Amino acid sequence: MNLPLLSLAIWVPILAGLLVLATGGDARAPLQRWLALAGALAGFLVTIPLYTRFDAHSSAMQFVELTPWIAQFNVNYHLGVDGISVLFVLLNSFVTVLVVIAGWSVIESRVAQYYASFLILSGLMNGVFAALDALLFYVFFEATLIPMFIIIGVWGGPNRVYAALKFFLYTLLGSLLMLVAFLYLYNKSGGSFAIMDWWKLPLPLGVQILLFFGFLLGFAVKVPMWPVHTWLPDAHVEAPTGGSVVLAAIMLKLGAYGFVRFSLPILPDASRALSGFMIALSLIAVVYIGLVAIVQNDMKKLIAYSSISHMGLVTLGFFIFNAYGVEGSLVQMISHGLVSAALFLCVGVMYDRLHSRQIADYGGVANVMPKFAALMMLFAMANSGLPATSGFVGEFLVVLGSMKTSFWIAFAAASTLIWGAAYNLWLYKRVIFGAVANEHVAAMADLNPRELVVLGLLAAAVLFLGVYPLPFTEVMHASVNELLRHVALPKL
Amino acid sequence: MIAMKTLYLLVPLAPLAGALAAGLFGRAIGRRGAHTVTILGVLIAFLASCAILVDVLHGNSFNGAVYTWATSGETRFEIGFLIDRLSALMIVVVSFVSLMVHVYTIGYMADDPGYQRFFSYIALFTFSMLMLVMANNFLQLFFGWEAVGLVSYLLIGFWYTRPSATYANLKAFIVNRVGDFGFLLGIALVLAHFGTLDYAGVFSQAPGQAGATLELLPGSHWLLLTVICLCLFVGAMGKSAQFPLHVWLPDSMEGPTPISALIHAATMVTAGIFMVARMSPLYELSQTALSVVMVVGAITALFMALIAVTQFDIKRVIAYSTLSQLGYMTVALGASAYAAGIFHLMTHAFFKAVLFLGAGSVIIALHHEQDMRRMGGLRKYMPVTYATVLVGALANAGLPPFAGFFSKDAILEAVHASQLPGAGFAYLALLAAVFVGGVYTFRLVFYAFHGETRVDPHVLEHLRESPWVVTLPLVLLAIPSLASGWWLGKVVFGNYFGSSIEVLPVHAGIAELAAEYHGLWSFMLHGLAGLPFWLALAGAALAWYLYTVRTDLPKRIAVAFGPLYALVEGKYGFDELYSWLFAGGARVLGKGLWRGGDQTVIDGVVVNGSARVVGWVASVVRLFQSGLIYQYAVSMLVGVVLLTYWFLRS
Repeated sequence: MNLPLLSLAIWVPILAGLLVLATGGDARAPLQRWLALAGALAGFLVTIPLYTRFDAHSSAMQFVELTPWIAQFNVNYHLGVDGISVLFVLLNSFVTVLVVIAGWSVIESRVAQYYASFLILSGLMNGVFAALDALLFYVFFEATLIPMFIIIGVWGGPNRVYAALKFFLYTLLGSLLMLVAFLYLYNKSGGSFAIMDWWKLPLPLGVQILLFFGFLLGFAVKVPMWPVHTWLPDAHVEAPTGGSVVLAAIMLKLGAYGFVRFSLPILPDASRALSGFMIALSLIAVVYIGLVAIVQNDMKKLIAYSSISHMGLVTLGFFIFNAYGVEGSLVQMISHGLVSAALFLCVGVMYDRLHSRQIADYGGVANVMPKFAALMMLFAMANSGLPATSGFVGEFLVVLGSMKTSFWIAFAAASTLIWGAAYNLWLYKRVIFGAVANEHVAAMADLNPRELVVLGLLAAAVLFLGVYPLPFTEVMHASVNELLRHVALPKL
Repeated sequence: MIAMKTLYLLVPLAPLAGALAAGLFGRAIGRRGAHTVTILGVLIAFLASCAILVDVLHGNSFNGAVYTWATSGETRFEIGFLIDRLSALMIVVVSFVSLMVHVYTIGYMADDPGYQRFFSYIALFTFSMLMLVMANNFLQLFFGWEAVGLVSYLLIGFWYTRPSATYANLKAFIVNRVGDFGFLLGIALVLAHFGTLDYAGVFSQAPGQAGATLELLPGSHWLLLTVICLCLFVGAMGKSAQFPLHVWLPDSMEGPTPISALIHAATMVTAGIFMVARMSPLYELSQTALSVVMVVGAITALFMALIAVTQFDIKRVIAYSTLSQLGYMTVALGASAYAAGIFHLMTHAFFKAVLFLGAGSVIIALHHEQDMRRMGGLRKYMPVTYATVLVGALANAGLPPFAGFFSKDAILEAVHASQLPGAGFAYLALLAAVFVGGVYTFRLVFYAFHGETRVDPHVLEHLRESPWVVTLPLVLLAIPSLASGWWLGKVVFGNYFGSSIEVLPVHAGIAELAAEYHGLWSFMLHGLAGLPFWLALAGAALAWYLYTVRTDLPKRIAVAFGPLYALVEGKYGFDELYSWLFAGGARVLGKGLWRGGDQTVIDGVVVNGSARVVGWVASVVRLFQSGLIYQYAVSMLVGVVLLTYWFLRS
């Protein structure tokens, strides 16, 4: 039986979202919730065969679907995944299920629209990871902005309009140059949008560098890399919990994914020529943002900055051009998807009870919420890269990889051990430890079963990936080797 | 062979199972259930360790993988065990001390609401330490390395409502992380240059890399192995609390006393010592690294001993004593006397556990009183505790025939024989530390247990010896505190470690000493004639004079040495310096980058600035769309004129 699995992964959530939307107003909220859960679960279930039937020995695109879309411009509905992208489809679909459960009793107004936004967003992001046609990629890439814009703008905090606009304009403007680069490559390749055709396209260095910067702006904003990162803390602070979770767990990965799918293989000479520049930006993110994270007073801002710092390690890993680095970065992306999702959910759990994100309003939460405290300890430790959690694997591999390039790059990258411990554990100390700070904290109830399920699933995933990352790294080898082969090949 | 493999697995997994049961189902299985499963787990680990040691003594060893953790590039990262004479000895010591601490905890934590959680943590700690010791590769070593740091963090902050405890555990973790940072760089260097993280593979390539250099800065070439060894040693300085990363250990006394005994005396802090001994094939190839190790150890041994003399908190005295003793072990490593270092690690594990648990027995009997100024005369009330603490003290001061004498004397002899730069300084520092050690150890004994009692009368009414679950471990630990030193001939001079420890012929101090070694008696007699013994005795005598005969003198000495005393009592100001420079500095820097970089420059100038530019351009463009026909007409006319001019010009 050869189902079009990737199409299912994209369209099942989108159609489920439209179905939820069609059910009407908030009077039917219970039905809408169950429908959304069913849609998210179905969306996750169809992605499982992508892993179980994946041939890890092949670097070729798998589960390929190819249908003409706009025939006169040679634009195709062309899907496929390799060892680099397949895990993100799974991660995205998994996180969507959690987000649906997490919003269950928290979202009470415009329930249908809320769930529809998330389901549609989930399908679109799967489209980004699966698209092998650049224009298709661009459409999905840009389309994801709309549901996220709505999520922040409608269910967000008091300053949501500013944040939503900043997010929208920043990322939209960033990707305009990317479109220009796509069109140039389309012309140059004699009218093809197929990404894999572009991998083989010879290009002079000057052109490569121009194109590189075209891509860079689009992807760097999404990652986000220093210095185009300032939209992220604002967006996170204003976004509802579910929005923050998806934003951190999946949306940031779209940019990083862009680097491996486009910049590195299409523009290898420019990538090598500019690697020093990219490494510098990445290390600034690790150190500068790590320091900035320490002094945050708002829990969501702190985690947002920690995301930027961790994504710095990801971009670093890509631009040192060895297997440890690239595979470490990919693992780090998956781990960060789990850990940042978990931490934003943790903040959400507290916010639902106290309606504050300010660290100063908390203290001694462990006394009243022991189960929560234990889980959050795990996630805080995972976020500081403790071995046996997923957070360690990627950091470790990236540091190993960067040592192959230079001692001092590894030195700066490894300093994340110190910054991570400092901001995570200082946050934990002030919020969770201590005597009960005030009567609001005293009234906080421990996790309800729904929250326990969501955080428990994430905890299991974080520990599994930390103790036994082999199933994840094995999938990547062939494709990463192929990628590195492309990067090493001059195409002037 | 299969049976042995099962035993190897049992050693770490039995405590892990206990920890999980007590941690996840603590409420369901209750207090009795929690201590039963964890003690059972550690007991199984101890028995299995003993069986393994016996097997190893029969000449067997094991080096193999348990499972593949991950693969990347061409490298397989594995979890695996190296069972040889070094690790077999270590697991016996670790599981034995841990077992004693588990039993003791039943009594010590009896009234604590976090009883199950505590048992879960200490069993988890035992698991981590055993994994660290049994590792056959750097990856797993790092796993255990960080895991003991984590559990230590949890245990120091066990009483998490106390601000001092949560401050101390944060500090401990971050200082350890600074060490781990260096350690990770060391590991990364190993992988980058040796292509593997397996000990065996790395050690076999090490001699071939002896001459390799690394250009750290343009024009500055370093011996690769020196850089690796120094990076790894930074990790050891963190874990084994060596100067200047020692600041976390005294604060870690915020945790319950059993944990001070287990983690901060007998096991975790020995991880660094163990690691360097394990890496002897690398350290042997770098004279520079050995010298650094020796000097750092010597500084720690002397200067931390001095602080111990000025402290009044009974646990802190012992904590500084631990720092000083760890300094001895580090010096031994630097002098290539790895066997002596590990031997001292073992004897110290026993006698320091006795001292800590004895102190805990006193603390609990006095209702959580830790200040020695409110103790005194306790020997009448707590005879068993007193006797066992005395044994521990005699061993700690290095008086014969107690265990510490043999291990410490072996170190002193080895340092004396060492030819490395810094050995002279190290020897003198250790001699001074021996004297100071005599003073602080017996200051504790006389101050707390002898003389007139200064205990609060209400407390004194109910003061009695601790229950058997507390005193039994004390006695069981006191025995090896006396007797374990007698294995000197076998462990240090008998080439017990064989191929687990490598010493180059040029550093063969221990081998030369072994040639002169003619049995325990002659070693002891030789020791009695030696300077260290008389120094320790003089220290003890001074303590006796100051704290039982002329009890007014210590205060007057403190006043007479005013600023100097304050400097030592204030731990040389390291805490203040670090908290100002690093904690404060990071915050200032972070705030500056956030407010100045992110908010002012990037958001203020670039982002909102470009928005303002767009707004300004729009407002200018808007002027042209005034809707007034005559304006449009005039601009059209101007346009026509200009265009005509432009065309006619050419």
